[in-house]
Amino acid sequence: MMRPGISESVPALELQSLNVEFRTRRGSVRAVHDLNLKVARGQTLGVVGESGSGKSVSAYAVLQLLEANGAITGGSISANGIDLRALNTRELRDIRGREIAMIFQNPRAALNPVRTVGRQIEDVLVAHRRETRSSAKAAAISLLEQVQIRDPKKRARAYPFELSGGMCQRVGIALALACEPRLLIADEPTTGLDITTQNSVMELMMSLVRDKQMSAILITHDLALASGYCDQVLVMRNGKRVEGGTPQRIFRQPVADYTRKLIAATPRRDKTVRELLPGSLQRAPINRAPPGEAILTVRELRREFQAPAGTVQAVKSLNFKLYQGECLGLVGESGSGKSTTAAMVARLLDPTAGSIELAGVDGQAPPLDIADIPSSKFMRHAHRRRIQMVFQDAGDSIDPRHTAQQAIEQPLRGLLRLRRSQRREKVQALAEQVGLPQHLLTRFPHQLSGGQRARVNIARAIAVSPDILILDEPTAALDVSIQAIVLNLLADLQAELGLSYLFISHDLYVVRLLCDRVMVMRNGEVVEAGDTEQVMDQPQHEYTKTLLSAMPEMPGAD
Amino acid sequence: MIRLDGRQQTLTDAAAAPSQPLSQTSRLRQYWQIALANPLSLIAFFMFAILIAIAAIGPTFVPYDPLASNTANALQPPSSAHWFGTDNLGRDVFSRVVVATRLDLSISVLAVLLSLVTGSLIGALAGYAGGWVDACCSRVLDTIMAFPLFVLAMGIVAALGNTVENIVYATAIINIPFYARLVRSEVRIRRNAAFTQAAYLSGMSHTRVLLFTLLPNTLPPMMVQMSLNLGWAILNAAGLSFIGLGVRPPTPEWGIMVAEGANFIVSGEWWLAVFPGLSLMLAVFTFNLMGDGLRDLVDPRQRH
Repeated sequence: MMRPGISESVPALELQSLNVEFRTRRGSVRAVHDLNLKVARGQTLGVVGESGSGKSVSAYAVLQLLEANGAITGGSISANGIDLRALNTRELRDIRGREIAMIFQNPRAALNPVRTVGRQIEDVLVAHRRETRSSAKAAAISLLEQVQIRDPKKRARAYPFELSGGMCQRVGIALALACEPRLLIADEPTTGLDITTQNSVMELMMSLVRDKQMSAILITHDLALASGYCDQVLVMRNGKRVEGGTPQRIFRQPVADYTRKLIAATPRRDKTVRELLPGSLQRAPINRAPPGEAILTVRELRREFQAPAGTVQAVKSLNFKLYQGECLGLVGESGSGKSTTAAMVARLLDPTAGSIELAGVDGQAPPLDIADIPSSKFMRHAHRRRIQMVFQDAGDSIDPRHTAQQAIEQPLRGLLRLRRSQRREKVQALAEQVGLPQHLLTRFPHQLSGGQRARVNIARAIAVSPDILILDEPTAALDVSIQAIVLNLLADLQAELGLSYLFISHDLYVVRLLCDRVMVMRNGEVVEAGDTEQVMDQPQHEYTKTLLSAMPEMPGAD
Repeated sequence: MIRLDGRQQTLTDAAAAPSQPLSQTSRLRQYWQIALANPLSLIAFFMFAILIAIAAIGPTFVPYDPLASNTANALQPPSSAHWFGTDNLGRDVFSRVVVATRLDLSISVLAVLLSLVTGSLIGALAGYAGGWVDACCSRVLDTIMAFPLFVLAMGIVAALGNTVENIVYATAIINIPFYARLVRSEVRIRRNAAFTQAAYLSGMSHTRVLLFTLLPNTLPPMMVQMSLNLGWAILNAAGLSFIGLGVRPPTPEWGIMVAEGANFIVSGEWWLAVFPGLSLMLAVFTFNLMGDGLRDLVDPRQRH
């Protein structure tokens, strides 16, 4: 390769009017449209966009790793002055990993599950650097050390399933850096990782990029993340470039409407839920009645799981009250016990000990300890109607065999035993209420977008007029602009129906937008609880402070 | 090569967006479109329809009585009078092949339905309940699978008696483990899915969740299994008859006809075994081909 003698002015990567098309059953779809981009030597470019914006496709096109039905239909790709489109398969294989390396979104899926991680790094070294097995072994261990994996000798012998998500991504980085590539492409490298892990993985990755004087492309849906780590930011939408520039310029003076909308929709510490919406969707401020009496009282709630290694305490002695008409946030990272808590309160899971007292209807009847009723009986119980749940849309929140209509009417059928015509009327009213167009009711979930599925989920949960709604990361899988709309919908519904929310999230800013009070959970315990403003502005516990400081900030918070 | 499932999904979504909403009445047209999308399964459905038609009305249209022997006219090669020739007793092979269709199809369809229903219920229970229920069911099924299946079927027929019903039972029993295992794993994948949780929140009991939420979701892979199994079942029934168990002569049945015809192949009278053998092959081929088409029909994700 012409590595040493290369001129400084040649960009690390340059795309000129790149076009990528996918053949589908309904004809061809253009995923990338006349895209131009340039990554200067030693610079980091952030490519930001929502799902379907073509940001990942363009990156995969660079290495020509498109699926069989995808093809580059025009444009040029040159890296360090080499025309990548002119290369044959063997030359390309040589470029991949050695000149340009990639870090994938799901580190666990990107690693080979039946090969130890050390061995996988060795494979790359043997293939590209012509190392022998024994010298590669030492090199692999030193790479693991570079990505700050403790006890690298031991970890090199671990299989991916034995490592945490954050560790797997560190291995992914080690793999990508093994041959000291000139350009690193990171495709959503921290999506799915906890916020504190995200922070350390990003810091590690970017410091390595700086130390080794590499160029990098960071593909992300998170504007704040891109602005924190990139020299240049490119905003994409529908396969097209929207605008590009320095993060400061883009955030202070966005030129395109879309960028402005995207910036507005990104939750920040000083925003209200209405401020997320663009002007065209603005509505009256939320007017909510002040919280009333306690509707749910949780005392000494515990849950243990039996694992091969012994008993695991998922939730240890939890106490809280949920007041009528308030929104209580439950924040924590994975493994904190927040989802176990949600399942117990929703009475889908039996607690090991403790009580969950549900106030009588309209405060008339005496409160009832619903923790006493086994979950297998509670589904047929008269109080089942009163606690409902909105799920995260991870693709399985709606039965794939149900149309939107059938999904929404399921509780009407099971709990209220309405007749067919009554159900149809009620579903139409619910669809109206959550803003789901009527003609979408006959669609199957795979024919709906993420935002539409979220609306179906919400309509299903409020169908039987519950008192308490448990929201389990309802917007975690959504794009920010859709998230903004769904959060506003949830706020409106709460004010309108007087619902009490238990809002579970890992995103502190989202919690801040909706919740009156918040509990921070860690390892099955509440470490801090109080009014949202107070907890977020003057955190007392170390862990809360860590969480807050790990949140990516956007420049120029106006 | 890296699969980009997530992104692929979004692309399909975007393309699906402008499609028209579908009403209940256009279901049939939808099925037709799915069938058209895969010409191979269309051919399979067409062949299946012909097989059914032959089984239903064939016996009333055959040119000769399939049981009437005429020794004067024995072992005649195919001719315009006897399209498939005649056998050693002078019976018309064509008439016998056509009449046998009904028996062979009924045995295989009944056996497969029986094992589908029993296997699904056992598998669903094992996958849903887990624990000792799962352990018990799974070990019993493993025991069945530990036998050479055809030998097991022989044993069952020999023990229960040499009747057509017992062939059906034997064929069903040896196929149960395949369905049960498939359903068990499909149910296990989905029993903690959000839509299953949502079903509990809708006041559905365990039985209802299992029957109306989890079982229907196992249908697409079951259809593939079922059609492959129809082929095996028909071969199994024919095989049992071939070795003298089950259907007894002079009843026309493809397996017996191949068995009887086999004796004459060496002396050059090939038509006795070849024509029933070909029908058998054609039926199995049809069933195997039909699998993917059936799956597409019961999988809502194929509708767009």
